[in-house]
Amino acid sequence: MAQVVVVTSGKGGVGKTTSTAALGAALAQGGENVVVVDFDVGLRNLDLVMGAERRVVFDLINVIHGEAKLPQALIRDKRLENLALLPASQTRDKEALTPEGVERVISELRTKFDWIICDSPAGIERGATMAMRYADIAIVVTNAEVSSVRDSDRIIGLLDAKTEKAERGQKMPKHLLLTRYDPARAARGEMLKTEDVLEILSIPLLGIIPESQDVLKASNLGSPVTLSSPNSAVARAYVEASRRLKGEQIKLTLPVEARRGLIGKLFGRRAIA
Amino acid sequence: MNLLAFFRRRDSAPVARERLQVLLAHERAVLGGSDLISVLQEEILAVIARHVTVDRDKVQIRLDRGDLVSTLEVDVEVPSTLPNATRTAHARA
Repeated sequence: MAQVVVVTSGKGGVGKTTSTAALGAALAQGGENVVVVDFDVGLRNLDLVMGAERRVVFDLINVIHGEAKLPQALIRDKRLENLALLPASQTRDKEALTPEGVERVISELRTKFDWIICDSPAGIERGATMAMRYADIAIVVTNAEVSSVRDSDRIIGLLDAKTEKAERGQKMPKHLLLTRYDPARAARGEMLKTEDVLEILSIPLLGIIPESQDVLKASNLGSPVTLSSPNSAVARAYVEASRRLKGEQIKLTLPVEARRGLIGKLFGRRAIA
Repeated sequence: MNLLAFFRRRDSAPVARERLQVLLAHERAVLGGSDLISVLQEEILAVIARHVTVDRDKVQIRLDRGDLVSTLEVDVEVPSTLPNATRTAHARA
């Protein structure tokens, strides 16, 4: 049965789009049939991060308004044939997202894919509430920083109140994805520790994604980080998170960069790329 | 930086943790489910209004969020012409 996942955070810049692309690609690399859906109408970026910005013809809003059929708007990934993107509109605003329209698109996607990953815009307004509305599972992307944790707490409240699941009296399963984490700073007492964030938000941990230069490199290249730097710590962390999302029990380790020898240090970049 | 200050430097993460815990305890109470404070405020005013005419402009409301206890003060000015009413009804929640 298809799973609708919302990737949300409240705060901007914490890594929702990066995580959507990386988790979507990781699931697809594991053989699942995946679509990533951009809900950031007016400020779309998932197309860019996925490297599909030049192939957008129709978008989510066109499908909602009946101006295009769903298969016309879906963009197949060039690297993974079982990964697709449904882009957001760049010219409309979030008011164009209607609950009925979104519901129709989501139920059609459910018939075509195993995983529907909805990339929520920042904020708590219409775009964010529409992205979470029909979700089966929520991934709350959080940085170990006060404003991000506060906003995540607010989003958790909305997930328990403003989703269809919540309105039916069901519980929305929520997972914490701690991103841009710097274990060294946390150890020095300069950054909230994983346990602190978990205790405050009290939702289970899906994964810890270390702060990494590979993320910027991936977005520069227009490739999910699990494809552009598959051996990096950040890619391995996303792959593990995607497996936990599928229900696998994997012990949580904080992925670290593999140590390079002298030769690796001298020629590392070219040798690994 | 002098050496002593360096060794006495306090970690900032525990401060962040404490601030968040206090803040979120309040925000959850206010935002989650029913807005307790505003419900109390409305109900207190409704009870007073049942007995005396309350001028909405002459109602003062103060909220103080403390670590353990929050206080809601509702000051209602009651017209002095009424025989049985006290001059000021003071409610604390």
